[in-house]
Amino acid sequence: MPNMSPKMNEMPTLSPEERSKCFSEVALGYTESAALDEAARCLHCKNPPCVTGCPVNIRIPDFIARLRENDYDGAYSVISESSSLPAVCGRVCPQETQCESKCVRGIKGDAVGIGRLERFVADRHNETHPGESANKEKNGHRVAIVGSGPSGLACAGDLARMGYDVTVFEALHTAGGVLVYGIPEFRLPKSIVRVEIGNLEAMGVKFETDMVIGRILSVDDLFEKGFEAVFIGTGAGLPKFMNIPGENYSGVYSANEFLTRVNLMGAFREDADTPIMRVQRVAVVGGGNVAMDAARCALRLGAQEVSIVYRRGEEELPARREEIEHAKEEGITFRLLTNPVAVLGDDKRAVRALKCVKMTLGEPDASGRRRPVEIDGSEYELPVDCVIMALGTSPNPLIKDTTEGLDTERWGGIVTDGDGKTSREGVFAGGDAVTGAATVILAMGAGKTAAKAIDAYIKSK
Amino acid sequence: MYQIIHKKALNPTVVEMKVSAPLIAKRAEPGQFVILRVDEGGERIPLTIADYDRDAGSVTIIFQTVGATTMKLAAKAPGDFIVDFVGPLGRPTATDGLSRVAVIGGGVGCAIAYPVAKKLHELGAVVHSVVGFRNRELVILEDEFRRVSDEFYLMSDDGSAGEHGLVTDALRRLLDAGERYDEVIAIGPLPMMKFVCKLTKEYNVKTVVSMNPIMIDGTGMCGCCRLTVGGKMKFACVDGPDFDGHEVDFDEAMSRGSMYREFEARAREHACNLLKTEAD
Repeated sequence: MPNMSPKMNEMPTLSPEERSKCFSEVALGYTESAALDEAARCLHCKNPPCVTGCPVNIRIPDFIARLRENDYDGAYSVISESSSLPAVCGRVCPQETQCESKCVRGIKGDAVGIGRLERFVADRHNETHPGESANKEKNGHRVAIVGSGPSGLACAGDLARMGYDVTVFEALHTAGGVLVYGIPEFRLPKSIVRVEIGNLEAMGVKFETDMVIGRILSVDDLFEKGFEAVFIGTGAGLPKFMNIPGENYSGVYSANEFLTRVNLMGAFREDADTPIMRVQRVAVVGGGNVAMDAARCALRLGAQEVSIVYRRGEEELPARREEIEHAKEEGITFRLLTNPVAVLGDDKRAVRALKCVKMTLGEPDASGRRRPVEIDGSEYELPVDCVIMALGTSPNPLIKDTTEGLDTERWGGIVTDGDGKTSREGVFAGGDAVTGAATVILAMGAGKTAAKAIDAYIKSK
Repeated sequence: MYQIIHKKALNPTVVEMKVSAPLIAKRAEPGQFVILRVDEGGERIPLTIADYDRDAGSVTIIFQTVGATTMKLAAKAPGDFIVDFVGPLGRPTATDGLSRVAVIGGGVGCAIAYPVAKKLHELGAVVHSVVGFRNRELVILEDEFRRVSDEFYLMSDDGSAGEHGLVTDALRRLLDAGERYDEVIAIGPLPMMKFVCKLTKEYNVKTVVSMNPIMIDGTGMCGCCRLTVGGKMKFACVDGPDFDGHEVDFDEAMSRGSMYREFEARAREHACNLLKTEAD
């Protein structure tokens, strides 16, 4: 008999007081009994709608069925068929708008906690099977992956499983892309990313860090070195700014810079070599997950007052509900329908305030969201000593500029067919480099699709 | 890991190092830079490439020991390794079509000005070099500059080396004497570059400066190295590091450059103590 409770099992979390002072993971994960209880809520629909809501179509009812039978390894292998990074996706996927939004149990009550169960299965696996290698005979074909973020890791993993000799080139000194420089420790512990990368290494994937492709080697050089195909998963790393006065005062950060200092360079640790300004009053401009991450990091670094400044309303905040709730619980102030018009500085060109204007919502714009309109005469100064711009990112032009014959959109995204094939023979691409900033799971899905296309391409040669 | 294969003190605070990095050596051009980390947990710092040997596979860096990271780097010996060495980053200095150039170097900036002067000389351009230092003890690369310059002027703040005065004094004299240059290339501390630009603006001579702001990734990702050039935001790491000096907002660059001064002072103190303990 299924468990007919209308409520999803609660996810235990660190208390807001405790977590707002440290970088420990906020969500603690299900215990075995909570996981089994939650798994029993799945009705095992014949035509499971949840699977269609998953960007990589994980066979969700099947993994939950295995879990219910205490077959944790079996549950993990079902997820692994479709996902390369279950422990990551179980944490950072917006399940509430994907698989869980389609769950039949959600019609009357809460959906099944699919994401929480995925995380449980993945963590359990990583605890019990560290660094296990699926040794597969190599087929002698070499593939280069540019970028070690979610799309690159997924593509590398699938190709390695097919027997390809895969090398991943990473520009930074640590592999993982946005998983290490962007998403903070308290949402995705870096040890989880290291385990996932360790699993790939155990499968024979080689990682070369400090390699800025487009500078030290071009895509053409990679072919000359004997790689038969190249996958470009360079993400969308270029930060956007508002082009308002005062944006270059000291104390104004892009979210990328702020998060990179904290996450990749460990600037939150007292003994870190990389500095970060220890500020008191912070305004984070933007309403997405990156804005929430930056605000919550600022709080953990000791800021007294942290505000989210967003020009639309609560409904329009693009961040995950869970992240917004967590941010509110921790004491972040939401200044909605508020738009910055200038950063004001002191005589040393250091930030002293953010000049804002109040907004009201007008008619829907091209995105379908109601267009924010300035209210005349509503300007005011918000006293702050730090402003973090979290306005989104666009693809890095380095590969485009150094690879002849690679077609890109006007905004910089690489043009591909549905399978990741670009305008250059043997060159494939996926993830944010193609779509612009999106989610980990979509990037991972694109990496997997491209792996299939690369396999077909090399076999057809 | 990248091995240090040569180390030489050029003056009491400036060190020259050759690092084995064959792929970077193969691609490097004057004006480009590397980002390095000395050890795990270390910060990423940008350093302009001073020279390279494509056959030997080595890249030369010249740096002043100003902070914790450069002190740790200076404490390394030939045979030691550093954990990261990334490059070549940024755009090379444009030298095409230049036939008469004044190269101005200030302090350790001469380490970056020299390869530019050398390349221009090799391309057949007339090179007038003006280099300035605080005093005799700090002079670097004098012989090297003399070899690649048609005219060479050494200036010092206290008169202990060459002529007493600033690089702008010598440059003004040249310009007043009717010297005309296709371009002035100025590399040194921000105030020096600012005043060179102020001077050349009066004489309407195109001036290129090499900016060296705080950076993290060096690939355009963090936006930390942003500058205002001609009223527009530019990233030194991908749009530069060379810019039209008459368009650069130097005052802004100076204030951004001093953002972490207190932290840096503390870190320097800490590194000093650590290195002292190791030496004991």
